[in-house]
Amino acid sequence: MEVEAHLQSGVPAFSIVGLADRACQEAKHRVRSGIAAAGLEWPRRRITVNLAPAWLRKEGSSFDLAIALAVLAASHQVPAERVGDHAAVGELALDGTVRPVGGVVVAAEGARRDGLTRIVCAAESAPEAALAGIETVPIEHLAELASYLRGEMEPHRPVAANGMPSTPRYPDLVDIRGQHRARRALELAAAGGHNLLLAGPPGTGKTMLARRLPGVLPPLTVDEALEVTRIHSVARLLRPGAGLVRQRPFRAPHHSASMPAVVGGGGSGLRPGEATLAHNGVLLLDELPEFQRPVLEALRQPLEDGTIALARVEGRAVFPARFQLVGTMNLCPCGARGDPSAECSCSPQRVASFRDKLSRALLDRFDLVVTVPRARAAELAGSHGEASDRVRERVVAARDRLAASRPPRTPPADALLDRAVERLPLSGRGRARVARLAETVAALAAADAVGPGHVAEALAYRPPRELAA
Amino acid sequence: MAAFAAESGEHLVAAPRDERFRRFARSFDERAYRARLRELGIRWLPRSSGEFPGALAAIFDPPPGVFTRGGGGCALLDVPAVAVVGARSCSPYGAHVARMLGRELAAAGLVVVSGLARGVDAEAHRGALEAGGPTVAVLGCGIDRDYPTAHAQLARRIRERGLLVSEYAPGVEPAPWRFPARNRIIAGLTAATVVVEARERSGALITADLALEEGREVFAVPGEITNALSAGTNRLLALGATPLTGTADVLRSFGVAAAAAPVPELNGDLARVFDALGAGASAIDDLVSATGLDAAAVASALGELELHGLASEGDGLYRRAVTA
Repeated sequence: MEVEAHLQSGVPAFSIVGLADRACQEAKHRVRSGIAAAGLEWPRRRITVNLAPAWLRKEGSSFDLAIALAVLAASHQVPAERVGDHAAVGELALDGTVRPVGGVVVAAEGARRDGLTRIVCAAESAPEAALAGIETVPIEHLAELASYLRGEMEPHRPVAANGMPSTPRYPDLVDIRGQHRARRALELAAAGGHNLLLAGPPGTGKTMLARRLPGVLPPLTVDEALEVTRIHSVARLLRPGAGLVRQRPFRAPHHSASMPAVVGGGGSGLRPGEATLAHNGVLLLDELPEFQRPVLEALRQPLEDGTIALARVEGRAVFPARFQLVGTMNLCPCGARGDPSAECSCSPQRVASFRDKLSRALLDRFDLVVTVPRARAAELAGSHGEASDRVRERVVAARDRLAASRPPRTPPADALLDRAVERLPLSGRGRARVARLAETVAALAAADAVGPGHVAEALAYRPPRELAA
Repeated sequence: MAAFAAESGEHLVAAPRDERFRRFARSFDERAYRARLRELGIRWLPRSSGEFPGALAAIFDPPPGVFTRGGGGCALLDVPAVAVVGARSCSPYGAHVARMLGRELAAAGLVVVSGLARGVDAEAHRGALEAGGPTVAVLGCGIDRDYPTAHAQLARRIRERGLLVSEYAPGVEPAPWRFPARNRIIAGLTAATVVVEARERSGALITADLALEEGREVFAVPGEITNALSAGTNRLLALGATPLTGTADVLRSFGVAAAAAPVPELNGDLARVFDALGAGASAIDDLVSATGLDAAAVASALGELELHGLASEGDGLYRRAVTA
């Protein structure tokens, strides 16, 4: 993206061309006030600023700083040749202060690709920009920028360019008492990257369990973290001053969420949706059957290949969306089903239509389906569970093992699987699902091959007949 | 219908004489109609036929005949049969018991008769099919209709070796009053009726009443006294129905010995988990605390027990699939 400014004699005026949106057009006022506040001179001439390429729609306030620089360079207040090898991104306050904006890391990477050597940005954005591997010039005020460009001062070095100060914090499994089965399912889901569906009456801790999945997943690798940072930067979700995002994303959109909110697009321009924001992390869909069916069906593509291809009037985009899906649901509309102390008042038709909201195709994407029973009072009074750190160690070990090689199935395990297909309502897809899960079970047990016991355990996580039918 | 009734003539006081009937009788082509039935694989079994089941002919108001459809053949209707009926919105317990009964009765060589409805009926049919036995479904609508639609596939599986039976001609719509009438055929076809779960005013109780009136045996499955789904069955028990404590109770009344269920020798974790299931329906977490095994071992044992047909799951609770 290039910003050009042209000054000519005539009635003093200021116009911005190049398909700038409202926020972009308003840059006129911010830039004018900013330049005045920095003690610089506003040229009393006819100013035209062009945002190139002119056919591409521009939006937001990130161009303020570049526009100001273009005007200053055109009026010879800063050396134009120096400005030429700098990228600039940031919003201007009326008093000339530079404010951080979204998408800095993406802009910085673009600048590097275009062969620019330095990027000028708000001090808060500097750690983010530094991730792109380009020299950053963090500035706090426009006046500071002008004196830097005139060579009157050196820029501050960004503090701890790549450092996120603290290790990520997640809710810990230690808070969950009892729930042996659900904990086990969570561990298996984490170890094999399986999607998990938790069913059961309300108040059994389904959501609480789901929120603890990111905490038992292995830490993000640097590449993963960069991807997450880029996405979050574009979506303006990065905290100012934050560098690399090391926290696994956890997104839990409300069930009223619309299609564009979940898969992306919508509004002006192509925005990433919740599914993309959950990339490399966990997407929790609480009360799964309450979501609009088209929204759920739209998630099948990312669940299959980890991307979302959007086509809109504004253009096309392919967003990454490789997330682990966790769903929760009640067993019936009134929620009492599965709770021994309550009586379900739903008619069979209502239960059927409730469960019909989940298509077979979507249900097939869940390798683990667990019915969470109501915890008994004795368990709630019991001791705390195992901490997430310990679980994560096992998960990491299992993932390493699986990455090295998928364990083969022993003949007795094969025989058991065949018998299951024969005796239980288990489809071909169901068989593949059980086989995949059994590999994870074996890997967690540090076994070299999948034994019959591993297959038998995997069988216990298949969807109940009422859901599958 | 009237054309067929004319054949036996028994249930009509006098042939209808109104203009509509005459018009119908003039245009009715019996041969074409029979050809169409054959095409659909449907057989009309009039009461006058020697193949008409004696037990059904003996009730107070037997149908003039029944339509049958399926590979089982009409001889199936003369095999000693048991009706397994109950609530549509049954509990996991009811579903479990119905399935187990269906399976064990069929394995002992009895024919399981039910109504193809949701809940208990369907589970009983499925259990019988699991055991590889033929099963008979009596419909409350036209013989060619799949009602409820969700059970179209179940009906197809029943037709393979069993039989669908209805007194209603093809095309007759399901209607609320046809189901109680259907129940008299269920009761009539069988020597014993088992009510698995029923609310206070359930259609299954109509079947039980009809069975009692015809002097057939009635069993009721005891349930929790606090559960509305057991109110009907417990009331039957209070009125003198035989409590069903296991499939053997039914088999004894037929003088059939229970087919010795091949319970494999269990050992290790399997035995411990199976023993713990003896305490009643349990979640995996309950079994973890009862056996001291971890969740992985319990799940693995349950998976194997399920494959042996010794345990089954419903709404997160596991139960023994065989009676003690």
